[in-house]
Amino acid sequence: MLQQKWTPQRIWLLVGYAAAAAALFSAPMFASDFRLNLLAKFLAFAIVALGLDLIWGYTGILSLGHGIFFGLGAYAMAMYLKLEASGGMPPDFMGWSGLKELPYFWKPFENFGFAVAMGILIPSVLALVLGYVTFRNRIKGVYFTILTQALVIITTTLLVGQQAFTGGTNGITGYSTILGASLGSADTKRVLYWITAAVLIAVFILCRYIVGSRFGKVLRAIRDGENRVRFIGYNPAIYQMVIFTISAAIAGIAGMLFVLHVGIISPSMLGIVPSIEMVLWVAIGGRGTLIGAALGAIAMNWAKSEFSTAYPEGWLFFMGGLFVIVVVFMPKGIAGLIGQIKFRKKRKEEDHEGIRNPAV
Amino acid sequence: MYLLQLFNGLSISSILLLVALGLAITFGLMKVINMAHGELIMIGAYSTYLTQNIFKAYLPASMFDWYFVLAIPASFAIAFVVGLILEMSLIRFLYGRPLDSLLATWGVGLVLQQLARSIFGAPNVAVTSPSWLDGGLMIMDGTLLPYKRLFIIALVIACLVAMYFYIYRSHEGRRMRAVMQNRDMAACLGVSTRRVDAMTFAIGSGIAGIAGCALTLMGSIGPSLGTYYIVDAFMVVVLGGVGKLVGTVLGAMGIGMFNTLFEYWTNASLGKVLVFVCIVAFLQWKPMGFVAMRSRSLD
Amino acid sequence: MKESVILQCDDVTVEFDGFKAIQGMNLKLEKGELRFLIGPNGAGKTTMLDVICGKVRPSSGKVTFDGKVDITRKKEHQIAELGIGRKFQAPSIFPSMTVHENLEIAMRQKRTVFATMFAKLGDDERSRIDYQLGMIGLRSKASWRAGGLSHGEKQWLEIGMMLLQEPEILLLDEPVAGMTDKETDKTGELLHEIAQLRSIVVVEHDMEFVRNFASRVTVMHEGKLLKEGSMDEVQGDDRVAEVYLGKRRDADVSRSTA
Repeated sequence: MLQQKWTPQRIWLLVGYAAAAAALFSAPMFASDFRLNLLAKFLAFAIVALGLDLIWGYTGILSLGHGIFFGLGAYAMAMYLKLEASGGMPPDFMGWSGLKELPYFWKPFENFGFAVAMGILIPSVLALVLGYVTFRNRIKGVYFTILTQALVIITTTLLVGQQAFTGGTNGITGYSTILGASLGSADTKRVLYWITAAVLIAVFILCRYIVGSRFGKVLRAIRDGENRVRFIGYNPAIYQMVIFTISAAIAGIAGMLFVLHVGIISPSMLGIVPSIEMVLWVAIGGRGTLIGAALGAIAMNWAKSEFSTAYPEGWLFFMGGLFVIVVVFMPKGIAGLIGQIKFRKKRKEEDHEGIRNPAV
Repeated sequence: MYLLQLFNGLSISSILLLVALGLAITFGLMKVINMAHGELIMIGAYSTYLTQNIFKAYLPASMFDWYFVLAIPASFAIAFVVGLILEMSLIRFLYGRPLDSLLATWGVGLVLQQLARSIFGAPNVAVTSPSWLDGGLMIMDGTLLPYKRLFIIALVIACLVAMYFYIYRSHEGRRMRAVMQNRDMAACLGVSTRRVDAMTFAIGSGIAGIAGCALTLMGSIGPSLGTYYIVDAFMVVVLGGVGKLVGTVLGAMGIGMFNTLFEYWTNASLGKVLVFVCIVAFLQWKPMGFVAMRSRSLD
Repeated sequence: MKESVILQCDDVTVEFDGFKAIQGMNLKLEKGELRFLIGPNGAGKTTMLDVICGKVRPSSGKVTFDGKVDITRKKEHQIAELGIGRKFQAPSIFPSMTVHENLEIAMRQKRTVFATMFAKLGDDERSRIDYQLGMIGLRSKASWRAGGLSHGEKQWLEIGMMLLQEPEILLLDEPVAGMTDKETDKTGELLHEIAQLRSIVVVEHDMEFVRNFASRVTVMHEGKLLKEGSMDEVQGDDRVAEVYLGKRRDADVSRSTA
């Protein structure tokens, strides 16, 4: 609710957030360069998770296509970095495919501002178009989900197939500088980390505002009963389109940051599996709670980087098993589990029905 | 030339249909999206591979060509059993929660894939097709219809006919349709919905097994075999609508044919884009697919 | 009663896969009228409400709102915005949201994305919600999740949501189903009160309720208009009696129509 009262609970919450933000910003003082780079990558993933939670956790729309929005943002940034590295000449992979001239749609990406704008705009427009043709016709639920997955397939095939323009399977890599600053230097990395942390916090605040606003309440109403919302006089399609677009834009921003930290983007990083992994982060952290989604993304990726190299097979078994367990036994994720313990008494008084309301 | 393309389209359609058939049934009946369907296909394919190996190892070479005849029921049976176990241990918790079932079964698929990788190794393995399926039917100069593809088409038709009789002519099928149309009412009338669900899911899985068996004719097989087909198969379900076999058939034909044509006119990656655009455009006209069951409930 | 017609349905026909649920139904609703729509099962009453609120599109016929707008061409949310509210048979509220939030989003307001994104709950709105909470007797449960309410409370919440919507016409599908006698009477009185300002169409099976509160009754049968008039006229009609006695030997119904 919007009543801003300074209850003790609220104060503690704010103190908690402030502590978390302080910890985020001071991390470069404690972590090694390697760890910091990893953490920066996880923060970028946490940003996607926030966007995904907006549509899945709050609106009940499951997108298995967020890898694409993330990837398009990443490619936009990669195109800029690549052109900066090659000094405006056609990048190396174009030469390998026999392309001598820089294609016209590559040219403007020399400009950093343009690349950033496109990194947000392209995913947004794609999401808006897909949202328009689906939500307007009440294509929803699994039908929508499957269409987003098909979008992933065709986008990755397109990226692989148009090798001369996209670098094909290898993707785009081999950057040197950003706005003149060397990407390899520890100083640049630290600044990029801070930028990522700041963006994460900004996106978090934005998402908090959205879910707390009346707009956010309409989204939750759509999740609970789309048709009923219609008979109150809202047009759910518009709401779904807008939130899907916002979510895609957030994913695009995250993708841009991701490239800066990782130094490569290729089709395999935005395919079916990465897209569905993003959903897993949110599911584990707790759909419908923003902090859960963000922490889920960080925790899962941390676990992955710890275990997947040591036990690649075990990791896949673990991930598959986790999917099953979380979905079947803890539909609200870890955040939900904590909430359940905390509010067990209160819920007992309240009901038996509302909780078992899967996001369909 | 177009004749050959048409035949190729038909061939692709038939495989898609075989893959989508089980999906459409389980989705229509229990509103469960089974992402592990692709892995059931993979299981069917490896069953065929095992059958082949057993023939190679224990039976005289003259018998080898007939392994395939046994492989089809064997693939069906093994996938059937795996499906049954899956249904009883997991799927039944997920009825009426399509999105959750999608995620959970994806996890199952991941585990099954990894299991296959551990058992059979990550590289693809080749299955030798029986020699009686080598060669093809020459219908005119330069146009050869391979027996393998013809065989697959025939196999799909056989499965389709069997499914038709099962669904529309048998007692079990009648119960299944009753549950599909009104689960609560059917339960009230004494239909054991648990049994119907389990059977239907297992049969759907069995058909996936047959699809896997058929795919061994098309090339080598690997642990992630199913993932190549699963999304296309889901598109068939979306396009065809749920509840009737004819929708699935039309959906598979539509996607298979257009895919072939577009790829022939443009190239593989652009062709896929065009097919997707066409599907979305079609859904603008009929959001629920070719066939849709109407219901009067609010949500 | 005022003279002007708020809603006019002309020759409405609805087809479901070849089955004609409604065949050429006519209905005229005056401003400030409380109209009861009755008829045996399958007469097309609920479908008629579906047509008016846009859930079902008629295959032919016209529905005119306020003398000028043909609403058969409009989408549900547009119709709701014009001022037609609908309460469904099964209570349909938003279970995961609080009672207060349910009312907040139902309240009459600008419903564009932009407006809701920046909407603040002002004093005026707060008092409107508070008044409504008092009216439906849920003030003490305002912060409960709506899913935790009892069946009757959900019904009331939905009625409250509809009233905050401030529609010109209220369409109610069996509003007293599952209510106690006391609650039923309270609902009936409330309906009369609301009808001072707005027009109401009620589909009802509870004949006791209809007799107690109806002024004008429309009887439907097999998708057609059978009889329209006061409760006495309707009860005295031979055809109505035949339809009810022939089709449904419900003691309650036969007593009331005999």
